[in-house]
Amino acid sequence: MMLASLSPTVADREPVVSLIGVGKTFSNGTMALENLNLDVFPGEFLSLLGPSGCGKSTALRLMAGLGRATCGEVSIVRHDPGEHRGDIGFVFQEPTLMPWATVADNVWLPLRLKGVSRAKADPVIRDSLALVGLAAFAGAYPRELSGGMKMRVSIARALATKPSILLMDEPFAALDEITRFKLNDDLLRLKAELGCTVVFVTHSVYESVYMSSRIVVMAARPGRVVSTIEVDVPMPRGESFRATARYAELCREASAALHGAMAPDDHL
Amino acid sequence: MSASTDDTPATSGPSRMDATRLAAILLPVAILLLAVAGWEAAVQLNEIPPYILPAPSQIAATLVKDWPVLFGSLLVTLRITFLALFAAVVGGVLLAILFAQSRWIELSFFPFAVILQVTPIVAIAPLLLIYLEPGTAVLVCAFLVAFFPILSNTALGLASADHNLRDLFDLYGASRFKQLIYLRLPAALPYFLGGLRIGGGLALIGAIVAEIAAGTAGQGSGLAFRIIESGYRLNIPRMFAALFLISVAGILIFLLFTALSHLLLHRWHESARKREA
Repeated sequence: MMLASLSPTVADREPVVSLIGVGKTFSNGTMALENLNLDVFPGEFLSLLGPSGCGKSTALRLMAGLGRATCGEVSIVRHDPGEHRGDIGFVFQEPTLMPWATVADNVWLPLRLKGVSRAKADPVIRDSLALVGLAAFAGAYPRELSGGMKMRVSIARALATKPSILLMDEPFAALDEITRFKLNDDLLRLKAELGCTVVFVTHSVYESVYMSSRIVVMAARPGRVVSTIEVDVPMPRGESFRATARYAELCREASAALHGAMAPDDHL
Repeated sequence: MSASTDDTPATSGPSRMDATRLAAILLPVAILLLAVAGWEAAVQLNEIPPYILPAPSQIAATLVKDWPVLFGSLLVTLRITFLALFAAVVGGVLLAILFAQSRWIELSFFPFAVILQVTPIVAIAPLLLIYLEPGTAVLVCAFLVAFFPILSNTALGLASADHNLRDLFDLYGASRFKQLIYLRLPAALPYFLGGLRIGGGLALIGAIVAEIAAGTAGQGSGLAFRIIESGYRLNIPRMFAALFLISVAGILIFLLFTALSHLLLHRWHESARKREA
């Protein structure tokens, strides 16, 4: 078993999230993670790439503090230690919006739970919606939006608390390819603007190479890290990056690592 | 980025929509009028005496003639129905919230709610009439039948809040109270309204059944009492008139809660969404 190796560019920095020897066994006996070692460094775009059941979503949930590790240690460096988890934004695979609330009220939720009034939160809500290009839809209800737009609202909601770490659990997996590519670019632009750290769970090799500064490939049964790939191409990359030889080479490398990590009966 | 257009109402066929709507109102009304006309004709042609079957015209006349008595009784029945429903809503929702707090509380108390529900109200009413004032007994009966659908529907609704949303509330450190107010109660609203619609109809039935069980013992002035009283006096037209008012009350209660449901849900819930062909 290989540990997530630290690249020279990040080795001298303190990680913002650190998983040391983490194991997670569910109550039904399934071992989702075993001895997972993973550091997330400030400002990086880290993808967790792996087949279904490799525990990548479980690892992400542990980072968010949703559920407890069975063994090992999960530590998160908070900018404001007094604030309870306010430093983390989470985006689920589904948009997970409250259907009874307008787009603006959905984005207000994280602030509302912190006791910020609607009037006080209004500028933040408007900024967040503008960032994802939905300023005109503040008064709409989720069911009036397309799948891609709902996901944008979900991202705007995660950004409302101005998190320093954004955790995303296959956020674009259910979207069509055109929408997905568009949101990929939007997310990279947002990350550049906000300077936050992103941990991005995906099962798409191409998405992980296009988006990440570092890819951690995981294997299933039990979930563990099998290799780490540095994507040493500077941002902004743009659509033309998909046509370069380096992109193809990295995709092949990630693909090989992924298939090496998969048992014959595994599914992507 | 443009708005998705798949949710905007169809603009191509408003006339067809209106025609369907119009038919939905006109057809049942036409059938009703035909049936009433047939009834009237059958009674007139066969010269059936009113103490066997009164003609609709005579029932209408009785309704007008006895209006002060019947309207007073209608108000009494409606008052019992809504008081019982109000108590059922308060009790049902509070108990559902209590159930949602702890699986143990739910496991301990839910069977008793089921026992109350499955025991026919007609069988409980005579006992209640012994222990309670007739007026109170009728109220309790109506409450008992309306209570269960509201409790079980609301409990189901509270438990059905989206798990990812619950995770999100946990992530932002929301208290149980905030989770209840901002997530579980709104998620339970469509279920609660479904329970309310059933409970509204049942409260009326409960009020009527209990009053009939009370018979002349109730100082009774509700509609069920009028039916029994008229039966003793062989005043068949007045029995029909009281029956007519009970039906109207039931329909109005149904329409009231359907409208309330639409008002609260039409912006967001799938049940109120128009489907395009």
